[in-house]
Amino acid sequence: MTVPISYSVRNLWTRRLTTVLTASGMALVVFVFASILMLAEGLRKTLIATGSYDNVVVIRKGSNSEVQSGVEREQAAIIEAQPEVAIGPDGQRLLAKEVVVLISLPKRGSDKPSNVVIRGISEQSLKLRPQVKLVEGRMPKPGSSEIIAGRSIAARFRGGGIGETLRFGMRDWTVVGVFDAGSTGFSSEIWGDADQLMQAFRRPVYSSVLFKLRDSSEFTQVRERIESDPRMTVEAKRESLYYEEQSKAMATFLRILGMSLTVIFSIGAIIGAMITMYAAVATRTGEIGTLRALGFQRRSILAAFVMESLFLGFIGGLTGLFFASFMQLITISTVNFQTFSELAFSFSLTADIVVRSLLFSLVMGFIGGVLPAIKAARMNIVDALRAT
Amino acid sequence: MYLLKLLVRNAFRHRLRSSLTILGMTVAILAFGLLRTVISAWYAGVEASAANRLVVRNAISLVFQLPISYKEKIRQVEGVEIVSAGNWFGGIYIDEKNFFANFAVEPKPYLELYPEFVLPPGQETDFVRDRKAAVAGRTLAQKYGWEIGDTITLKGTIYPGNWDFVLRGIYTGRYESTDESQFFFHWDYLNEMMKKVTPRRADQAGFFLVGIDNPNRAAEVAVAIDALFKNSLAETLTETEKAFQLSFISMTEAIVMAIQLVSFVVIIIIMAVVANTMAMTARERIGEYAIFKALGFRSYHIAGLIFGESLVISLLGCALGIAATFPAAEAFGNALSTYFPIFNVAVETIYMDIAAAFVVGIVAAIVPTWRAVSIRIADGLRRIG
Repeated sequence: MTVPISYSVRNLWTRRLTTVLTASGMALVVFVFASILMLAEGLRKTLIATGSYDNVVVIRKGSNSEVQSGVEREQAAIIEAQPEVAIGPDGQRLLAKEVVVLISLPKRGSDKPSNVVIRGISEQSLKLRPQVKLVEGRMPKPGSSEIIAGRSIAARFRGGGIGETLRFGMRDWTVVGVFDAGSTGFSSEIWGDADQLMQAFRRPVYSSVLFKLRDSSEFTQVRERIESDPRMTVEAKRESLYYEEQSKAMATFLRILGMSLTVIFSIGAIIGAMITMYAAVATRTGEIGTLRALGFQRRSILAAFVMESLFLGFIGGLTGLFFASFMQLITISTVNFQTFSELAFSFSLTADIVVRSLLFSLVMGFIGGVLPAIKAARMNIVDALRAT
Repeated sequence: MYLLKLLVRNAFRHRLRSSLTILGMTVAILAFGLLRTVISAWYAGVEASAANRLVVRNAISLVFQLPISYKEKIRQVEGVEIVSAGNWFGGIYIDEKNFFANFAVEPKPYLELYPEFVLPPGQETDFVRDRKAAVAGRTLAQKYGWEIGDTITLKGTIYPGNWDFVLRGIYTGRYESTDESQFFFHWDYLNEMMKKVTPRRADQAGFFLVGIDNPNRAAEVAVAIDALFKNSLAETLTETEKAFQLSFISMTEAIVMAIQLVSFVVIIIIMAVVANTMAMTARERIGEYAIFKALGFRSYHIAGLIFGESLVISLLGCALGIAATFPAAEAFGNALSTYFPIFNVAVETIYMDIAAAFVVGIVAAIVPTWRAVSIRIADGLRRIG
């Protein structure tokens, strides 16, 4: 014979203030827990979507990012001649020689400068990145001082919007288009003609060469050939891996911060739940005695109190998730430690995170409630009935 | 005195609950203190900057260089005393995990600019004399077990190749806020190598550190320097060292903001826990409060009792939390020395801890007090908690 569930629920209702306080403490913890998971997930999504598995990035050996790298024109030509490079429908090789530099731009509103990636692109750059689409305006004319800006740059940086101009490299550059690259890192970049940018920045070398593989399985052989070529000191990586490595430090930092916060916060919330449940047991000693005298088993008493605590956790979990789901409207932009450039990513809620957050809240409720429930179940009937 | 005794006695009438609440408070204050320390560690570079130093860099962004010929032009600007060219080297020691700041600088002017880097006598001349020499900070040398005379190899990221340095000096910081984890070597060494390998990258400085005679004229001098190179191929941007350091922090503003927010969230969570405890306490003693009232005690007496008890709990937790913060920060700082070379608990943090404890104690007692005060005597006597 078990105690009805409504007993547990109505008990929570009777002590509304206490229930609200405990559950809101737990809701805050779940909120933080879910937010951090969502942030890490958003970062991961951004990076996974940025690189494609069949593309290869070639940068100078030992340089960690495109910004620090330099690939001589002659070397770029050697890479272009590799047989593994895919050929597009128009007979052109799907390969882009790009130049990447950072420029510091003031943000709209606050005027605080941040580093933005400006990428000199060649004809094939767009084809190699199907996730990038022009949403406003037009593409820059080759050989002109025209640029296009990623959507999050256009929104957040002064001079990044369509029709506006940016001044760098002793010229004024007109923004003639805005492109959208979904939630990828390209949305935080500015693109222009590679040759024009190399002129403006007085950089006689490319930063990186990007090409699509003719056949994805040929990656190893082309990498070995490029890397062992005595005329070059370069390394080749799959684009998806390259972008993942770019933000390892950021992801690690978020994970360490998230885990330590979650552990510390949940201690606080569990203590809150324990206090509540101990009080619930203490004030209901007479009731427990009555229940036992009616013939309910120790097991059922234990279950009833654990149930109550689980409900408490569940209410907290749902409330926390409800508020955390609004975090999806927020985009975080920060400088990636490794590339030293602006990266925007948003909170992203997945079914997995929902399940994990609710489980986490139930675990908190259980840990908080199990000791008081044991205390309740072990009461002696006669003593319990005597207590007022 | 008698009142305090009563408050403490009252607080511990329910030993288990109060102990749990105090423990929760301790954990919260500890977390709050650590998070605040992380934020102040973030600003360590700003704290350590001096008012009489300016940083000149390329106006486009830090990844662009300036011709070394600028050095003499800058030196002629009125108010400038010392100039040292410098380059961010960004080398990797064995593995990418072992991150530390490493620069190429001009030894003599650099050490003059940074009097807070104290080198033992003799080591300074050794460092200046030997072109392959390098100097490391005390904590850095301890971390990797370097001794004077060791050869240290860094793998270049911006400047390709493996670079060998001989450790000729280990500096200690003059102040608590001095970063003891830097590594610097001769700018000439880097430049000569560049001349050999990639001549187009030689004779370039990433930044110039400028010492000025009068900190009050910093803005004037900065404008004068920037005016020199206006409309040239490499325009400059000159800022005080503080502004330069702040520009780095403003880039990662989002993270700092998030940590700040979270540090307040932890206080709110514990507020809910303490408020819950006080609500129960007040509910249990509603009969007592009614008796107090019947005896002629006023509302403010009862309010004082509840607020006092709440404060006793929160301040006790706070005291324990502060005591635990120091060893925890020590352990944390050692674990995260790569990210935060300086990790000291600031005095402000302690003040904030205490303020937070007061806020928690007072806020937690508001609702229970209002309930206890507003109840009618007869109802209170009749009610069973």
